[in-house]
Order: sequence, then C-alpha cells, then structure tokens
Amino acid sequence: MLDYAWIIAFIPAVSFVAILLLGRKFPRHGSEIGIAAVGASFVLACVAVVQWINRVENATGASAFKALGKGFVAKAGEHEAVVKPVVHSVTWWQSGGLKFGAGTQIDGLAVVLLFVVTLVSLLVHVYSTAYMHGDRRYTYFYAALSLFTASMLLLVIADNTLQLLVGWELVGLCSFMLIGHWWEEGANSNAALKAFFTTRTGDVGLMIGVIVTFFAAGQTFNIVSINEAALAGKGGHALWLGGAVCLLVGIIGKSGQFPLHTWLPDAMAGPTPVSALIHAATMVVAGVYLGARVYGVFWQGFSIDAGGVNAMALIGGVTIIIGALLAFVQDDIKKVLAYSTISQLGYMVMGLGVGAWTAAVFHLFTHAFFKALLFLGAGSISHSGSHHSFDMKRDMGGLRKYMPITFTTFMIGSAALAGLPPFAGFFSKDEIIATAGHFGYDAFLYIGLAGAFLTAAYMTRAIYYTFFGEFRGHGQPHESPPAITGPLVVLAAFSVFAGWLNATVVHVEKFQQWFEPRFAFPTQVIHPSFRFGEGAIAVIVALAGVGVAYAYYWRGVGHGVTERNPLARLGYRFLLNKYYLDDLYERVIVAGIKGPIARAAYWTNQNLIDAVINGVGKGTRAVGQFTYDVIDQRVVDGAVNGIAEASGETGGLLRYMQSGRVQWYAAILFFAVAVLSLALIVFS
Amino acid sequence: MNWFDSGWGLTMAVFLPGVGMLAVLAAPKADETLQKAIALVTTLATFGVTIALAATFNYDKKGLQLGTDKAWIDVINSRYHIGLDGISLPLLLLSAFITVLCVIYSWDHFPEPHNPKAFLALILLLEIGMNGTFVAQDLILFFVFFEIVLLPMFFMIGVWGGPNREYASIKFFLFTLFGSALMLLSFLALYFIGPNTFDIPKLAALHGAGIVHSTQNLIFAGMFLGFAIKVPMFPFHTWLPDAHTEAPTVGSVLLAAILLKLGTYGFIRIALPILPEAARDWAPWIGLLAVIGIIYGALGCLAQRDMKRLIAFSSVAHMGFVMLGIATLTTFGINAAIFGMVAHGLITGMLFFVAGSVQERFETRQLDRLGGLLTQAPKLGWILGFCAMASLGLPGLAGFWGEFPAILSAYNPASGIAGSEFVVFRTYMVIAAVGTVLAAGYLLWMLQRVAFGTVKPEWEHVHIHDVHVPEWIAWTPMLLLIVALGVYPNIIFRVTDGTVTRLFGG
Amino acid sequence: MQINQFLILSAFLFCTGIYGVLARRNGVLVLMSVELMLNAVNINLVAFAAFNHSVSGQVFALFVITIAAAEVGVGLAIVLLIYRNLRSPDLDHVDQLKG
Repeated sequence: MLDYAWIIAFIPAVSFVAILLLGRKFPRHGSEIGIAAVGASFVLACVAVVQWINRVENATGASAFKALGKGFVAKAGEHEAVVKPVVHSVTWWQSGGLKFGAGTQIDGLAVVLLFVVTLVSLLVHVYSTAYMHGDRRYTYFYAALSLFTASMLLLVIADNTLQLLVGWELVGLCSFMLIGHWWEEGANSNAALKAFFTTRTGDVGLMIGVIVTFFAAGQTFNIVSINEAALAGKGGHALWLGGAVCLLVGIIGKSGQFPLHTWLPDAMAGPTPVSALIHAATMVVAGVYLGARVYGVFWQGFSIDAGGVNAMALIGGVTIIIGALLAFVQDDIKKVLAYSTISQLGYMVMGLGVGAWTAAVFHLFTHAFFKALLFLGAGSISHSGSHHSFDMKRDMGGLRKYMPITFTTFMIGSAALAGLPPFAGFFSKDEIIATAGHFGYDAFLYIGLAGAFLTAAYMTRAIYYTFFGEFRGHGQPHESPPAITGPLVVLAAFSVFAGWLNATVVHVEKFQQWFEPRFAFPTQVIHPSFRFGEGAIAVIVALAGVGVAYAYYWRGVGHGVTERNPLARLGYRFLLNKYYLDDLYERVIVAGIKGPIARAAYWTNQNLIDAVINGVGKGTRAVGQFTYDVIDQRVVDGAVNGIAEASGETGGLLRYMQSGRVQWYAAILFFAVAVLSLALIVFS
Repeated sequence: MNWFDSGWGLTMAVFLPGVGMLAVLAAPKADETLQKAIALVTTLATFGVTIALAATFNYDKKGLQLGTDKAWIDVINSRYHIGLDGISLPLLLLSAFITVLCVIYSWDHFPEPHNPKAFLALILLLEIGMNGTFVAQDLILFFVFFEIVLLPMFFMIGVWGGPNREYASIKFFLFTLFGSALMLLSFLALYFIGPNTFDIPKLAALHGAGIVHSTQNLIFAGMFLGFAIKVPMFPFHTWLPDAHTEAPTVGSVLLAAILLKLGTYGFIRIALPILPEAARDWAPWIGLLAVIGIIYGALGCLAQRDMKRLIAFSSVAHMGFVMLGIATLTTFGINAAIFGMVAHGLITGMLFFVAGSVQERFETRQLDRLGGLLTQAPKLGWILGFCAMASLGLPGLAGFWGEFPAILSAYNPASGIAGSEFVVFRTYMVIAAVGTVLAAGYLLWMLQRVAFGTVKPEWEHVHIHDVHVPEWIAWTPMLLLIVALGVYPNIIFRVTDGTVTRLFGG
Repeated sequence: MQINQFLILSAFLFCTGIYGVLARRNGVLVLMSVELMLNAVNINLVAFAAFNHSVSGQVFALFVITIAAAEVGVGLAIVLLIYRNLRSPDLDHVDQLKG
C-alpha cells in the first residue's frame, strides 16, 4: 500500500463524483457511497500504517509486527537506521525544460495523518447519517465530505510543496462550502466568506514561501530535496529565514494562530460534524502538518536549536493563552471548543517551534481524537438534548442524567484535553512542555503550563453548564441514537488509549520510533526522557485548573471540600484556608480571568483584530469605490474622453474654414498662391 | 495527407469560416434554422480541422510546422506565411473551440434586434480574424487579421448591444484602432530600418540586429501601445468595461476569451522575440503596469454593482497576471502567460455566459436586486460558484496554473532586465500574491450576493428556468476543460514549453 | 521693343479678373472675370513667344482660348442651372457644401 497510496485519496474523489451525479437515486441519498468509500480508504490506510511499521521494524531490526510481516525477512545490509520515505511521482507539468511531478511521499508522518483523517472522516460520515437526517441538502453534504476527505488525503500524501498547496486550497474550498452549508442565512455565508478570506490571506505567505523554497532548493518542489537543502543551509541562512517566515504566515492562517484565528470560531456556523472533522481534527492541523513536513526549513530558518525564542514558538505560545482565555466567556459550547482548538493548535505550533517535532505531531494525533469526540458530543447534545441549540446557559444543564453515554464520553474527552493522566492529552501535551524545557525554551515551558491550567478550568466550566445543575431547556432530553453514540464511544476509546503509544513515563516510545523521520531531518532533535517531577507539575497544574473552576462553579461544594481538609491548613495557610482560597480564586484569579482579562482579550479580539480585518475589508471597498469613481471614471476615463473632445474642438475651428462660399475658397487659393510665389522669389 | 500538412490544412482552419459566412449570407432570410445549421457545421468543421492539425502536430519538433510561405504582396516583400508552433496551437484550438460553443449558445438566445443571419455571419468573420492572427507569420498578414477582428465586434456591440451601445462600440473601435496605428508604424519602421522583411521568424532570428538600441526602444514602444491596449493593460483598459457591459453575451464571451488574447499573443509572438534588448529595457515598466492592473482591477471590481461590469474588471486583473508573466521574460513566466490566456479564456468566457443567462432570466444584472439564485436555479448557481472558484485561482482548476507560475517567475526574472535588480520583481511578486486575496474577495462577494441568501421579494413568484439544453451543450465542454487543465496542466505546458524554451530560454 | 508694356497690361487685366472673381456676386460676371484672367495669361504667352522667337507660346495660347470657350460653355450652363434652382444668379446662395 505504501507504493499505491494514491488509491487512498482517489477513492473519496471518485465517491465525490459518484455522489454528485448519482447520489439522489440511491435509497439513502448517497450517504452509503460516502461511507463505503471512506471505509475502504480507512482500511487501506490501516494497511499502510502496518506496512510502514513493518518497514521501520525491519530496517531497525526490531520485531513488533513480525507476525504481520508476511514473510518479509530483513536482508543483511538493511539494518541501517535510515528509513527513506516511499516516494512515487509522475510528470505533472513542465516549464523551461524542467519537469515537475505529482506523487506520493509516504513516511511516518504521512501514515499517521492517513490514519487520523480516514478514521475521523469515517466516524463523522456515520455520525452524520443521524445528525443530518432530513437535511435539505443531505446528498450535497455527503458529496462535500467526500471531496474534503479526498483533498485532505491529497495534501497528506503530497511529495512536493506545490501539490501540498493544491490540497491545502481544496480543503479550504470544502471548508467554505460546508461552513456555508445553510447559506440561506446571511450569518452563515458571512462566516464562510470570512473563513475563506482569512485563510487565503495566510495563503499569500504560503504561496510565497513555496516559491522561495523552490528557488532556494535549486528549482524543485520536492519536499525531501527542500528539507535536505535547508538543513545544509544551501544559499545562506537569510534565504531560509525568509522562506520560514512566509510559510509560517500560511500556518497562522490555516491553523488558526494568533492573530488570524478569528475565523475559526465563526466557522462554527457550519454543521457540527463538519466542525468536528474540518475545524478540529483535520483541516486546521494542515498548518501544523506543513510545519512538520518541511521542518528542515523552519529548523534552519528559525535556528531552532539555538533556544531562547523564535517567531514560531512565540506565535504558538501567544495563541495558547489568547485562545484559552477566550474560551471562558463563551456561552456557545461549540465556541468554547473552537477557542480550545485554537489554543491546542498553539501547542502544536509552539511544539514545532521549540524543537519538539515528535511531541507536536503526537499531540496532533491525540488531539484529533479527543477534540472530534468533544465536538461530536456537543452535536449529540444539541441533537437530542437541547433542541438544536448550542447555548449552554439557556438550553442545557443537568444533561448527565438524560444522556449517560454522551456525558461519559464527553468527560473522557475533557479529561484528555485537560491533560489528565492516563488520558491521551496528558502524554502528548506533557511531552511538548518537557521538550520546551530541555531545549532552552524556558519561557515556553511556563506558557505551556499556564495553558494547561486554563484548559482544565474552562472545560470544567463547560461541563458544569452542560451536564450539571438543573435542565434549563424545554422538551424532553434523551440519549442520541446509536449512529451518534457509536462514533463517540470509538473516539472515547482512542482518547483513552492513544496516548500510550508514546508514554515516556513507562518507556514506551513507539510513536517516536515508528513515525519520526530518519531522513532529511534535523539530527539534533532530542527526546527528553520523562521526569517525574515535571510530569507531576503538569498534572497538578491541570488539576488546579479543574479545582479553581470547580470551586467557583460549585461554590458550595468547594466550601465543603476545604472545610473537610483541616490538615492542609497547617502547612499551607494560603492554600488551605478556604475563605482565603475562595476569595483569591473567585475575586482575583477566576473573576479576573473570567472578567476583565478575558473580556479584554475578547474585546481586543472583536474590536481591534476583528475590526482591523473588517476595516481592511471596508477600507478596501472604499478605496475601490474611490478609485473607480474618481480616478477611473474621471481622471483616466476623463483623459480618454478629453482627447476625443479636443479633436472635436479642433474640428469645430476648422469648420469655419468650410463656409461653402466658392469665392471664399478662391480667395484663399489666390492668397496661398501669392504667399508661395513670394516665398519662391525671396528664397530662390 | 500531404496536402493537409503543407499549409492547406492551416489555410482551411483560417478561411473555412469565410466560406460558411458566404453560405449564411446566401441562405434565404426567412429560413433561420438553415442559417444556424450552416454556421454550426462550419464552426464544427473548422474546429475539426484544428483538431486534425493538433493531431498531426509534431510535439517534439522545434520551429514552425504545417505552414506555408507563398508570395503575396511582392512590392513590399510581404508574404502569405503561416505556420503553427507550440505558442499558436493552444490559442488556435481555443479560438475554434469557443466559436463553436458561441454558435451553440446563440441557438435561441439571439439578442434584439434578432437578425440571426447577420449575427452569425459576423461571428464567422470574427473567427477568420482570430484564427488568422494566431497563425500569421508575416507582420502585414498579422496586422490584416488583427484588424479584421475589429469590424465584426464593432457591429456586434453597436447593433446587438445594450442601451449605451453606441458609445461603447465607438470607444472600443477607436481606442484599439489608435493602438493598431502605432503598431503598424512600428512594423513599417522595422521594415525600413531593419532588413526589409516582414517575416516574423526571420526578424526574430536577427534579434533586432542592425537597429540602434534607442530606435529599438521606440519601435517597441509603438508595438507596446498597440498590444497593451488590446490586452488591455492599465491605464489603457477603460474601453473594456464599457464594451463588455454593452456587448451581447456571445460578444462578451468572444471578446474576453479570444480578442484580449490577441494583445498578449502579440507580445509573445512579435514584440519580445524581435526586439529582445528593448524588451529587457521595458520589462520593469510592463511589470509595474501589470501589477497595478492586478490590484487596480480588483479594487474596481469591489466597487461594482453590475455583474457583467464586475467580470469585465476582473479581466483587467487577470490579464495583469498574464502580463506579469510575460514581463519576467522567463520561460516560466511565458509558459504561465500562455496557460493563463487559455485559462482566462475558458473561465471568464464561462462567467460571461452565466452572467448573460442570469440577465436573460432576471432582466437585470444589478447585484443589489439579485439573490438566492441557488434556491431558484440551483444548477446555474453552482456553475456560477464553480466559475468564481476557478477564476479566483483555486488549485485543481485551470486558473491556478496561469497565476501561480507567473507569480513564481517574478521571483527570478530573466537576467539582463534593465536595472537587473530582483527587488523590483520580487515586490511585484508580493503585490501579485496579495492580488489573489482580493480576487477571492470580489468573486466570493459577487457569489454571495447573487447565489446565496434568500430570493428577493420581486422574484418570489417568478418562475426561473434552470439551465437550458443549449446552455448545457455549450457549457459542459468548457467546464470539463477547466477541470481537466487544472488537474493535469501538462496538457498545455507540454505543448508550449518546447517553443517557449527555444524562443526565450537561455 | 520692351516686353514690360505687355506684362504690365496683362498684370492689370489679371488683377481686374481676380477682383471680379472674388468680389462680384453675380455668377455671369464671375465667369467673365475668369475670361479676363485667361486672356491676361494669353497676352503673356504671346508676348513671351514673340520675345523668345518660339511658336510654343502661341500654340499654348490657342489651347487656352479653346479651353476658355469650353469653360464658358459649361460655366454658363452651371450658372443657368443655379439660376433655375435658386431663382438668383447670386453665388453667395450656393453654399450647400458648407461644413
């Protein structure tokens, strides 16, 4: 399958066309085509994962999947640690005598993404049969999902940056189509346009970055060649710095990084399965994927091994905090999750920026499961619990009694997101934070910890509003049908177990071993071993986040807990005095964070950043209007009309010569003859 | 098929429409079906001939093929020299292809004052001019075909056009004629100052030898004006929005799809190869006007209330990308420019078709009055969305392959360009890239206002017919081609690259 | 024998003719003035011919006389037509060519 990976992307593409042309004639309006296609892709992706692991194991002499190796015996000489990616390419276009290929580059990173994309996509396909049941554009929705899956897989398997760019823009198109799925309402189409424009603004950076790296690497789009050239520093450091900055702009746009993150919350206008698939698990991580794909460029450009601070880490770090703070002031559960996604993407970008390649990709891997789980959980709530509303304060509350499966899985997802052991998020997030500390990026270690604290706190708040207290909506909430709960359970299982692939605490480092590149990859990347102290701090910080939110939202319960804890009062007066803690947490930290800080951040978001974006749009319109009205219509066009008028005027003057009187003509004639004769006499 | 290869095939491709035109004129006035049938058969036959030419064409051979070189006007040493190479072939095919679709589309879409006989005859006359321009290898012959095009388009706008048609048609005619006059002057200067020949390949092989550098620059300036007005480049573009707005749908399509290409084709075929030194002096300025056009056209679009006028302004922006590619004087840029010409022809042609159909149904093109097209005519709405996406340069569709390599080529323009500083062209590159965002802005904004939202009250009870059969027949090949070229761009790059590398490489 | 007298006479006649052509309104008088100018030229031709002992001048003069006769014929016909159409021989009314 490693050699024929294009088939994995091709199947959903065929399915797209099939659904578009024939979908309506099928008994279930095309959804069965989509599910079958993505299911087939998923199976093939699993095969690819197993084959890749085999390839690595064979090359490195390990033996995990020998039984599945089907007699593939490692020959002598293949025991090197260098496992090259499987690259296949066909001529795509040519220019100036150079041929450029389109093809597949399958390595650890690609198979991880193949697995994640096909799995989440399959689950979302199944989920949508219930969630989107009876939708006015059900067939069209499935067609778009298939197109999205195909585009995303095209992006993942790309062996060159140009093909990656193609996939990148196509997923943007699908995002546009699906955010605007219910385009009858202006707000939805506005959100769709906003998403497209904002990411497209980032794409300017990507496009130029692709061009810069193309020339820097000696006129090639090939990813391996670019990484090799970058790591060798071919053409000078400054060139690669420029390329890295441009590519980073692309990442900022696509992966919702500060300051271009504002489109992502608005993108929640789309159907919830779309939010789970595109705006949480897959498309928005395309930026992170790009960062991981051409890591050599960033490594060289930002001198990542130097430590201290660099643009990539800084953007990621700022986004973590900005995103998390904003999540506190949302009433809409999907927006809480959207800001959370922004914040988590910040972790991944920061991870890449601080040299934690494996950790960042691992976080991408785990985050896809638990964030998709949370979004689908929110969808399940709105589907069966709150009458298609996402307002936590008005239409939810107390749902744990009515929706036990949704509640349990949502709790698992939240725990994974908050980074509590033994759930998936703990291992991946902790590894990013730990690597930041080990590589000389101390500031980002603390940012990471602060983010963990905030994450735990806002998820606690969301859970409080959604599942606890009294039911505030109307109607009779009930559990969702199996088509919805099924995917939730599967994702919950992954959220529990996926982290153990790279549980450094028990010295399991399979993820790193299998999926980290060994070719055209910075050799200085280090993998800090687990330190119990650091892990414990991370957990404590997360628990503290839960605790603070808990104390705030269950004020009475918090009161009781601290009262039943007299021992603590002896050692830590500040922490154990419940009055004092309540005051501190409620009035200073939580109220501060929830009130002015978050509001200020949100205000900045809405009134400054958003205003700038809106202003730029309006200003451009105004400039366009001005240019058109004044310059184009008056000056430029005026000049053209002016020339015509000038000719007309001249003609008008000449007109008087043409009096029609023969004698007048004769007089002119004689006069002219006289003048000419005179001239002849004078000059000859 | 020896006779076919030795110039007769190419001659047929040019003059077969003329036979058709005479037949249409000879057909009885009342029998409209017969006239339409003759026109359709002729254009189809012409297209068939061009396909046969493409099939006979040797893609690995460098230089002109399938042409002939016969005495024509001995007094001025002008010859009937025609031939095909990688640059001409795609454009010839495009021209023959679009004309067929235009005839199909007009089947029952003849605008007022009807008179299909005259309308079809003009389309066929137009085709002679367009096809001839793309195969002519003699400057005088080129000029004649270049000018033949003006007349039918003038009448199409002036007779079948909108309310302000007289102003628009005269503006179109005079503006382009002005440019042609200067261009002819340049041709004559080349003849008299240079080696007394109008033969394009011969002149190109000389690279302007024997002409003083400053004179070369002046001659280039004359050609530049002639071609730049036709393209049209900023600030010579003001005829375009008026002409497009007033022209009948088919006229707009032909204008956007083929006529604008005559200008850019002239640059690639004549101006750059014949006067390479002058081209290097002028390149930074051409590039500057190109990027101004990109931004300016986009800003102009944003201010529009009229759908057709918006698309017309978008042409200014798109041709800016083409000209930017040409201005770099690199193989990348010029390949991109040719691709961009074909892509723009298909995509903007499609957009004008859709705009025409929208106008036919709603009897308005005012964006404020439209809305909810997807509800009333979903297929038409989706086709509009598809074309908007293609036009904004979405990868995977044809538009991307004109834009991206053009922007790419600006990073590394040809050596020897005046000033020779990369900074200038790299600035152009960034501006052009920003232009792609603006393109997304105006096109999606238009899409949102026309297709999304709910139906406006005034149209609520009006029956809006979705796409008609003639529309399907005319549009499907274009839509398929847009996808095919986008997915596998080598269809065109493979054809053009050899010739472009020969003329501009190294 | 001086040629000057002939030249002065012909110049006088020619100027009279020009005055008549430019100043008179009546078509017939204009025609007659034209005749005067032609005859002034004839005098010149004959004078120079005699002075230079060459016949070509006389030959030319004969041609001019013939053409002048023809011209008067056509001219009078035109004036007649003008009179018929405009009910006036006044040339100022003949301005249909005015731009």
